[in-house]
Amino acid sequence: MEPVFLFSQFFNGLVLGCIYVLLSLGLTVVFGTLGVVNFAHGALYMLGAYAAYTVATHLQLNFLACLILCPVIVAVIGMVLEKLLISKLYKLPHYYNLLLTFGLMFIIQDAIKIFFGPEGEPFNIPDLLQGAINLGFMYYPKYRLFILIVTAMLSGGLWLFIEKTRLGAIIRAGTDNAEMADALGTNISWTFTLIFGLGAGLSGLAGVLAAPIQNVQPAMGMDILVQTFVVVIIGGMGSIGGSILAGLVIGQILTFSIVFWPPGSTTLIYAFMALVLVTRPRGFFGRVSFFE
Amino acid sequence: MTLLRLEDVHAAYDESQVLTGVSLEIAKGELVTLLGRNGAGKTTTLRTIMGLLTPLSGRISYDGRPITGLVPNRIAKLGVGYVPEERGIFPSLTVSENLMFPSWGRGETGWSLERIFHFFPRLHERASHKGSQLSGGEQQMLAIARILRAKMDLLLLDEPTEGLAPLLVETIGTILKEIKGSGLTVLLVEQNTRFACQVAERHNILYGGKIVHTCSNDEFMRDTEIQHKYLGV
Repeated sequence: MEPVFLFSQFFNGLVLGCIYVLLSLGLTVVFGTLGVVNFAHGALYMLGAYAAYTVATHLQLNFLACLILCPVIVAVIGMVLEKLLISKLYKLPHYYNLLLTFGLMFIIQDAIKIFFGPEGEPFNIPDLLQGAINLGFMYYPKYRLFILIVTAMLSGGLWLFIEKTRLGAIIRAGTDNAEMADALGTNISWTFTLIFGLGAGLSGLAGVLAAPIQNVQPAMGMDILVQTFVVVIIGGMGSIGGSILAGLVIGQILTFSIVFWPPGSTTLIYAFMALVLVTRPRGFFGRVSFFE
Repeated sequence: MTLLRLEDVHAAYDESQVLTGVSLEIAKGELVTLLGRNGAGKTTTLRTIMGLLTPLSGRISYDGRPITGLVPNRIAKLGVGYVPEERGIFPSLTVSENLMFPSWGRGETGWSLERIFHFFPRLHERASHKGSQLSGGEQQMLAIARILRAKMDLLLLDEPTEGLAPLLVETIGTILKEIKGSGLTVLLVEQNTRFACQVAERHNILYGGKIVHTCSNDEFMRDTEIQHKYLGV
């Protein structure tokens, strides 16, 4: 097997991993802070892709506009959902959480089917990012490289935001001890709305980025949701660093298993999850307090 | 002048009632305690004042305003500072970040960072350390410093000496006297009766979810019968 082939597969794994990273970052931040496992997260990803399709096809705006506008749209939808529905969950037992977010997922999915039809929409790679670029040792599609760069910048930006800014400190405080943050005068309910919006926006961004390389269709969110949960669990629920590492690892496992052992490609990530959970029940960087 | 007033406050966790009619008054500038055995409802009283627990009935007023049923961050913004028994330090925030925290809640700031670090040199040394790296004593100092930084008028302090070495207990005592000197009103919950007698001017004794006795520190120290009956000292 050619080394170039292996390299390009490695890069493909990274790109797939990037989509998982973006998706699981939102999921894990929302879980870590709000304690909500959001099954509608995949539906928000799908909304991001459809928003990109609408903005690009019907409003005739370019891809850069999609990349900025669509995550904001999804973030706003997320914030409205949080204020109206998700915020009611914080004081209720966990099964309400499952019922509500699972139901939301189907509602959003079917709403999209009603408006756009069930068969999916075409979405092309933007002109500027078409074709391949010479990396010296191989040619690689520009668009995929673009996903890598955007994800790297965004992960770094998110880390800086959470670790180095005041709002980030409030978010960390809310994750550590929401009750105490409240007792120290922070309006924690708005912080929670903002965090949910942030998670939704990241999911929407993943949807926009994935739109040109995956099919834009109503079930795309549901399809990717399960793998995203695997990433979050392996990375450790609530851990940003864990999500990034686990997302990239899962991307590699999926890509290489498709190359070397296609029948195992759907099960291998679950076997890996089981292995991780047996040796590290909290995942890579999960915090003790959630489950122990 | 009364700063905090509780009238016949009832409160419960799930089905078990903890407070069965607490009435209490604290004047501005006072340092008073809430004494009682385990399970008497001391922590619950503080949590109810802070709005972390909504009372079933009764009234709470602060600085002449009713605060019953307000959310905690509203009550904090009125100037009520809370230091829970487990200190409530944010483990993933640095000492400095922990200190910045409540001043965003209230516009005006209290003690300057310089004054706090001068007063708590230990915190200065550890300013860039995460909350999770602090010892119990350091956490306690940070929790108190946080309230000073935020310019609160009332401090609800839950068992500050718990688990601390004798020398540190003494330090906490000095800090409390200093804080009182700067005009803060303190409601102190204590199991350590000896410590309570050293710092407080008045004691409220909580028994079975009610205040059963209120007396000055001198009276309390003389009255061994009260100490024995309600506190098991």
